[in-house]
Amino acid sequence: MTHRRPITLLLGAATALSLLSSTAIADGFIIVQSTTSTQNSGLYDVLLPQFQKASGVEVRVVAVGTGQAIKNATKCDGDVLLVHAKAAEEKFVADGFGISRSDVMYNDFVIVGPAADPAGIAGSSDITAALKAIAIAGAPFASRGDDSGTHKKELSLWRATGYGPAAASGTWYRETGSGMGATLNVGTGMGAYVMTDRATWIAFGNKGGHKIMVEGDKALFNQYGIIAVNPENCPYVKSVLAQKFIDWILSPSGQDAIGAYKRDGQQLFFPNAS
Amino acid sequence: MEEIRTAFAAAFKLIVTLDHNLFEIVGLSLYVTLTAVLIACLIGLPLGALLAVGRFPGRHLVVVFINSLMGLPPVVVGLVVYLMLSSAGPFGVLQLLYTPTAMIIAQALLVTPIIAALSRQIIEALHGEYDEMLRSMHAGRMATLSTLIWDARYSLVTAALAGLGRAFAEVGAVMIVGGNINHVTRVMTTAIALETSKGELALALGLGIILVGLSIMINTALMSLRSEMERMAYA
Amino acid sequence: MPDSNIISLQNWTGKPAQNTIVQLEDVVLDSESRRLVDGISLTLRSGGITALMGSNGAGKTLTLRLIARLLQPSSGIVRNCSIEERDIAFVFQRPVLLRRTVAANLLHALKLCKVPRHNRRERIQLLLDISRLSEMANSPARMLSGGEQQRLAMVRAIAGNPKLLLLDEPTASLDPHATSMLENLMTTIANSGTKLVLVTHDAGQARRLSSDVVFMHEGRIAEHTPTHQFLNTPQSDEAKAYLEGRLLV
Repeated sequence: MTHRRPITLLLGAATALSLLSSTAIADGFIIVQSTTSTQNSGLYDVLLPQFQKASGVEVRVVAVGTGQAIKNATKCDGDVLLVHAKAAEEKFVADGFGISRSDVMYNDFVIVGPAADPAGIAGSSDITAALKAIAIAGAPFASRGDDSGTHKKELSLWRATGYGPAAASGTWYRETGSGMGATLNVGTGMGAYVMTDRATWIAFGNKGGHKIMVEGDKALFNQYGIIAVNPENCPYVKSVLAQKFIDWILSPSGQDAIGAYKRDGQQLFFPNAS
Repeated sequence: MEEIRTAFAAAFKLIVTLDHNLFEIVGLSLYVTLTAVLIACLIGLPLGALLAVGRFPGRHLVVVFINSLMGLPPVVVGLVVYLMLSSAGPFGVLQLLYTPTAMIIAQALLVTPIIAALSRQIIEALHGEYDEMLRSMHAGRMATLSTLIWDARYSLVTAALAGLGRAFAEVGAVMIVGGNINHVTRVMTTAIALETSKGELALALGLGIILVGLSIMINTALMSLRSEMERMAYA
Repeated sequence: MPDSNIISLQNWTGKPAQNTIVQLEDVVLDSESRRLVDGISLTLRSGGITALMGSNGAGKTLTLRLIARLLQPSSGIVRNCSIEERDIAFVFQRPVLLRRTVAANLLHALKLCKVPRHNRRERIQLLLDISRLSEMANSPARMLSGGEQQRLAMVRAIAGNPKLLLLDEPTASLDPHATSMLENLMTTIANSGTKLVLVTHDAGQARRLSSDVVFMHEGRIAEHTPTHQFLNTPQSDEAKAYLEGRLLV
């Protein structure tokens, strides 16, 4: 029987290790379905401890694409939705899955690209013209292709150009089907243009030779919204705690915390709760 | 190869500074994976033994089925467990999604076919050797099974190690059912995926190096245990 | 039991009763392509050692396995009289030992024979003593020499006090010294009242150990006679040829 002991020991050590290192016990927790862009930017690492300190409530963030986040919330696997695709969010509320939607913060999208700039769009502030130039040049462009908020935004921008990138999929238009970071890794790896939210780009560690090529167009505005999942649909939703979090993030202390978050001296998100 | 040099530096720094987050992640990884493999052994070993010794209609089909499940993509297992445990799913009432328990369930499902298939092979081979001897000693079904499992125990450690390796390295299943929640369900592999998506390639690779190191330690420990016990009790 | 009583009364000659323990009646064993055992009838009585001889392929080992119920006959009857299936034990030509220590191998056999827990330690010691393996009790069984392994296999087989012990060329691959130790062990077992059936090619061994010889040829029993008679004045031409070492199969 002695042969089992080391395994038991190992298990015990692992349990002890994970218990020892787990964070302070919270009064309760909620699950927030959110986006990779907010998670990867590091915003939650600053925001959530402040909320937990103020309220005693632990917030667990599941970071996926906006499309996936909304689907998960539709299945009741989350208490709060914090994403960036206004039309889809409003549909989520209209369909009865969410209680109400509030603006939380915004930043903007940018187009990053290789220093060689094969489409010649550097310094442009006209997104429609820039995308046209990329399509005409047939310059590589890496798209999320994952039904995320960023992807939806990108598709709407392409529609305005009259050039449908779908036909070019597999040639110069590359759909990665993955998150923002993974798509940026692809873009820097193959010298492709990528549309990304500014926060992820600033926080991104593998920029390679890529730089911001297009910024400042009003059409690149990126609004984040927050929604409490409707308890009428989802019996296990922790409505009270969820509302506590939403109230805090829309309150001056939450909004100030968002505004104060900086990476490399740059503000990543701009609070705009009304 | 600047990245790789930086990666080793990052790994070294995380270890020597006794990084709190690192230990939390490593602890959870070990806890989830070892528990899952233990459960998979409790199910897979008897199942494999039964398939090795039992003669019933459809046995061959079951063997083929379980062998095929060995190659099941972790993402698929994760997806199935997600649908089961989702609040809208049949086991939603348990509220297990995005917890370590959900990760253990997914990994146990992933590893059980491996342990069952490998232990079937191992025990079937031993059964070929022992069958007449045990029959001549009038051993019943249960006695035959227990004799085979006990005498194959050192080879079965290898089966468990194969399962352990798969569970320890997989990211697809735990990412979906665990959600990679910081301090709650973040393990080595999901942390590596996260750092990769943040473009922190050196840090991601550093974590990868630590993962490999841990894997080597566990394997060495179990293999030396195996050879020690073999030397003492069996040739 | 009543059955065996009748037989023992009928056979009563003033010597210790020799019960019939196993009877084979016209037993046939076919493989897909040919007949391996061709209608043998044989009566085994308790006590002593019966040698089963014959050239390779004569069907000796198959007959032994039929008696042990390791094989089912294609036709004919193998009947146990006054003993049960549990009372039959088998020693293979190549011993298959568990991947455990010598003592653990014996303990495993005792458990299978349902020997009560409080008797086991004493019984193991006895088996170790008669097989002269006491000093290796805690060695891995598979580290023993060929002769030691076969002695262990033999005492393991008699762990549950069988009434019939079937031995399939147990000394075939052993040196003279190991063979002699094994023969002593067989004599000890036979003297304790267990009936032995021994497949052997060694005429000297048959002479030293057995009381009677069953000689098989091409799946049939060519003759079944007392050992001295078989070795000195074989009846069948096949037996004569076999003993002279010129039998062609």
